[in-house]
Amino acid sequence: MAILIDSETKVLVTGFTGRIGSFHAQDMINHGTNVVGGVTPGKGGTTHLGLPVFNTVKGAVAETGADLVISFVPPPFAADSIMEAADAGIRTCVCIADGIPAADMIRVKRYMRRYKAEKRMRLIGPNCAGIITPGQAFAGLMPPHIYEPGRIGIVGRSGTLGYEAASQMKSKGIGVSSSIGIGGDPINGSSFRDILELFEADPETDAVVMVGEIGGPQEAEAAEYIRDHMTKPVAAYVAGLSAPKGRRMGHAGAIVSAFGESAQEKVEILKGSGVTIVPTPSSFGETVARMMA
Amino acid sequence: MDIHEYQAKDLLTRFGVQVPRGGIAYSPEQAVYRASELSGDKWVVKAQIHSGARGKAGGVRICSSEEEVSDAATWMLGRKLVTHQTGPQGKLVSRLYVEEATSIAQEIYLGFVMDRKLERVVVVASAQGGMEIEEISEQEPESIIRSVVDPAVGMQAFQAREIAFSLGLEPPLIAQAVKTIMGCYRLMAEMDANMVEVNPMVVTQAGEIVALDAKVSFDDNALFRRPEIAELRDKSQEDTRETYAEDRGLSYIGLDGEIGCIVNGAGLAMATLDMIKMSGGEPANFLDVGGGASPERVLKSFKAVLNDPNVEAILVNIFAGINRCDWIAEGVVLAMKELDLTLPVVVRLSGTNVEEGRKVLDDSGLPVITADTLAEAADSVVGAWKDAKFKEAS
Repeated sequence: MAILIDSETKVLVTGFTGRIGSFHAQDMINHGTNVVGGVTPGKGGTTHLGLPVFNTVKGAVAETGADLVISFVPPPFAADSIMEAADAGIRTCVCIADGIPAADMIRVKRYMRRYKAEKRMRLIGPNCAGIITPGQAFAGLMPPHIYEPGRIGIVGRSGTLGYEAASQMKSKGIGVSSSIGIGGDPINGSSFRDILELFEADPETDAVVMVGEIGGPQEAEAAEYIRDHMTKPVAAYVAGLSAPKGRRMGHAGAIVSAFGESAQEKVEILKGSGVTIVPTPSSFGETVARMMA
Repeated sequence: MDIHEYQAKDLLTRFGVQVPRGGIAYSPEQAVYRASELSGDKWVVKAQIHSGARGKAGGVRICSSEEEVSDAATWMLGRKLVTHQTGPQGKLVSRLYVEEATSIAQEIYLGFVMDRKLERVVVVASAQGGMEIEEISEQEPESIIRSVVDPAVGMQAFQAREIAFSLGLEPPLIAQAVKTIMGCYRLMAEMDANMVEVNPMVVTQAGEIVALDAKVSFDDNALFRRPEIAELRDKSQEDTRETYAEDRGLSYIGLDGEIGCIVNGAGLAMATLDMIKMSGGEPANFLDVGGGASPERVLKSFKAVLNDPNVEAILVNIFAGINRCDWIAEGVVLAMKELDLTLPVVVRLSGTNVEEGRKVLDDSGLPVITADTLAEAADSVVGAWKDAKFKEAS
């Protein structure tokens, strides 16, 4: 597999029977994802989309052996759904919800620390488009046909800007090993650094494209990791060059509030760590092609 | 969401923090009445706008007579105050807060923020209050005290005590300082604030600790469970273009340029603004149309963009995942017909149902300029905008 998901991964959908959960679960199944069932409290014992529905994640894990949860639970209840997955022994949880209170995320992150590192669930998101290993499986909202299977990893905060990168690469004949959306919230499950570590260790990934944006310390943290530990080449774009200071640009986390959080500063920091800068959002394809030549 | 100083002080009082007595006024007469109600011989008239650094802009005035109160109120009300936080357009003063004057013995900085690196609430304090925290960290960095709150148990009294002693407060003041620090923390935790700043927290000459100024901002994502806080929103402090869009459920930020933007996804929207700038134009706005946008929602987005009189060209940039290009295209056609648009409109569609979307635009017979890539779209919109401007000028 590339990272986090492949055709064998047993995927469980929480918020399964809702309109949005149903729509995307069906899309995931249609594209070969091994969806083993779903969870909607109170609907346990029924079937939906031809798959079993469970009342609790623990119950579902016991029956199906699920190892990945994708949560379509709405923002007010999403934090609870993440903690439930963590407690049920799930390995990876992808949370789509946009609008989880920051205080809830602080609680979630604190809660997850009660498990030993090797037993701790990996959270992707929230407020993300999900994860995909092209040609194998995906857990998210993305249109899978825009990704060519290949050997370049993508990690980004934004969903649609990640699509832009993937399709530009496809048009140059460059494929993707896995693409991971870490989401646009100020407090999120996995950072750029966390995902870069996975790509660095993955024998099926040769290089990584990072799609950052204004706000927060994670791009700078990633730059440090790249400089000190990464052997594979990295290309990066940072969105928000034209964003005014102190304004929240759509994503809850996209706000320049401290030194080093503007797009210009992040670009400089990344450049200083040996990262190849993607100069414009329309040059992902050519920059990666040149980097790999 | 930001709130006013008087609202912040009202909330702090409920958590046991002491503030100077005061009252709100909407006219010079009310301001004088508030002063007489407070009695005493010295008052502070404070403009209520969503910005710090009001003093330098003339928004805080110490008055020693009712006449001075009236004059200060007359000067401030209806005025747009410009500070380094408001931008050049300034913020309108429509309410005043009239407060009893406080005799200050010492000024302290006290702030609570969500630290994104630690993913915890961090308390920041300094005995060098009165200055902004940026200035303190530049000029007196060693005066800054930091304390991290464990989210599992919340802030503990010993932490507040450590801060109080580190600030060098005299022993008789410690209990009151602890109460103030804990009160601010509880407001933060129990009301879903993402920032509480009391600057300055002062020791009065009478030996009391009061919050002389207060700035609180709340997590927009948590307003659904804090209806009482949501009601404190003051639309007069917002950009009117943003209020219009927000009331219609759109994620919109007003900017200063001429090219209106309608994009799906916050990251792609930011990148589109960047691209316009690189092509030699200036974006008029950020607008994320969201997922699964219907033609009606696209029409609404056009209306929000055109609500800005500076807009002279529009770029629609969609990379559809959960959106459908045909719905977006139908929305563009609907908007161009219904709003009778004559300004240049450039549309770039990609992703789900792109062929159907292009067909809708082609069949409409409307003068929509289409583009295949983001670079092409940005170049065409900037080019079309310049052409239109040139035509107008000649």
